[in-house]
Amino acid sequence: MITLADMLTLSGVLFALAVAGIFLNRKNVILLLMCVELLLLSANFNFIAFSRMLGNLTGQVFVFFVLTVAAAESAIGLAILVVLFRERRSINVEDLNTLKG
Amino acid sequence: MPMHSFAAATPEIFLAAAICVVLLFEAFFGARHRGATATLTLLVLVIGAALTVAFADVSHSVTLFNGMYVADPLAFVLKLAGFLVVAVTLLYSRTYLENRDILKGEYYVLALTALLGIFVLISAGSLLTVYLGVELLALSVYAMVAFDRESGVAAESAMKYFVLGAIASGMLLYGMSIIYGLTGTLSLAGIAAALTASHSLGVILGLAFLVVAVAFKFGAVPFHMWLPDVYEGAPTSVTLFVGTAPKIAYFALALRLLAYGLPGAAVDWTRMLMPLAVLTLVVGNVVAIVQSNLKRMLAYSTISHVGFIVLGFVAGTRSGYTAALYYMLIYVLMALGAFGVIVLASRKGFEADKLEDYKGLYRRDPLLALVMAMLMFSMAGVPPFVGFWAKLRIIQALWETSHLWLVIIAVVMSVVGAFYYLRMVKLMYFDEPPETLPATVRSFGVRFTLGINAAAVLVLGILPAPLLDLCTRVIR
Repeated sequence: MITLADMLTLSGVLFALAVAGIFLNRKNVILLLMCVELLLLSANFNFIAFSRMLGNLTGQVFVFFVLTVAAAESAIGLAILVVLFRERRSINVEDLNTLKG
Repeated sequence: MPMHSFAAATPEIFLAAAICVVLLFEAFFGARHRGATATLTLLVLVIGAALTVAFADVSHSVTLFNGMYVADPLAFVLKLAGFLVVAVTLLYSRTYLENRDILKGEYYVLALTALLGIFVLISAGSLLTVYLGVELLALSVYAMVAFDRESGVAAESAMKYFVLGAIASGMLLYGMSIIYGLTGTLSLAGIAAALTASHSLGVILGLAFLVVAVAFKFGAVPFHMWLPDVYEGAPTSVTLFVGTAPKIAYFALALRLLAYGLPGAAVDWTRMLMPLAVLTLVVGNVVAIVQSNLKRMLAYSTISHVGFIVLGFVAGTRSGYTAALYYMLIYVLMALGAFGVIVLASRKGFEADKLEDYKGLYRRDPLLALVMAMLMFSMAGVPPFVGFWAKLRIIQALWETSHLWLVIIAVVMSVVGAFYYLRMVKLMYFDEPPETLPATVRSFGVRFTLGINAAAVLVLGILPAPLLDLCTRVIR
């Protein structure tokens, strides 16, 4: 039997993995985009778990909206990445260091 | 539901339709008629503002779409401010874009979609509309920052903004999911009714995520890392946009989500915001002193002003929210002028973003120097300029709730801040200008608007009562 606590634990672990991935990763910008997706998905997981527990559909409707927004978000992220690659010929996170202070 | 009941949502409906029209116009005629899209966009903003006034029912608040959308007097005032600010922004930035061959329709379409996001957020009545508004605004602004593809730094700053902004949306969403789980509703009014006085660990956990998200969006320390990079890296016309209109939306975000949505947990979130506000004031003002880039200095000055706005929320009373609204409106007015001066002082190949570029500006262009000096005095909080009243209202609200220490920190930090604002005035009026600097932009219409902008800072400072009364009336 899968309980609400199990689901929330899983989503918490996913969230922590995503945040850790964003801050620890020093190599590749594409990994950052993947972590951002994971971050949104962990929140979705929470919504679905609560929606099922409460027997209330609004949480699941919210998830549809989040998925749509996440698609738009990765489109913009990848577009910025393309512009960045044209300029720098690199997608290394450590090369993003021109602006400081 | 009869048709006329949608009248309250006129600004959003008109704007969404107008965005499609502007996009089609750009696709068919944009290449042949350079700049026609810019004129059309300004026309859209004027008609939009007129329709907003015509269809507004300011006597009471109306909710539409099952409580997802709220049209109240506050939303009316913020939307009119949004129209005005975006119109002035686009007016200032036109010559800048023309000089650099990036006067493209996309810029205007993105500005309008960002404005639509701002409106959705201003009128949000449920967590879903809050989220959609935040994302519509943020996604448009990311694209605007990366808009100048030839500039080396714009793409980098856009990437940083995107990643940190996405973390903020993730936090916002996670916090919302917890609040939804605890209350079983997405409606802000429903949440306010459900969470009256229960200080459970769950509420505090959810709140922590929401507060972090709001702090990220506002640029409060320690979540401010993106702000100086974006301000410096983006083309100045975009910095002008990012620094002004979205602040209206983020004020609405904080007010709708925390003050109206979670009044029962006010004790908890004011306690969370307090250290953020203090850190923001201290870091913003102290780090601004050592900057040599004017855009970066103004970015840290923004951070310090955000500290004041957050202090209004820390007070947690009606008078505190009123003070925060007043401060936000005044700050947007001052930032419009200050970034407007940078836009007008720059030319292709000369960004005018170093402090030394402003040495002796008085001899080269007395009007720009006078405008900048007035804005610097106002930002520093020198009477009779309006920045003084804004700071005073925040301090009054804190005094009423007996936050004596916060009052002392706010006053001390205003004095520290005065140093770098007055240094700017000294550079412009008392230093020798460098030998060769390109001339400033001389277009009459833009300079006239900038003059009115600066005059507003002075006039509102001499007669502060009308705007203050308005702010008091729209906050419930």
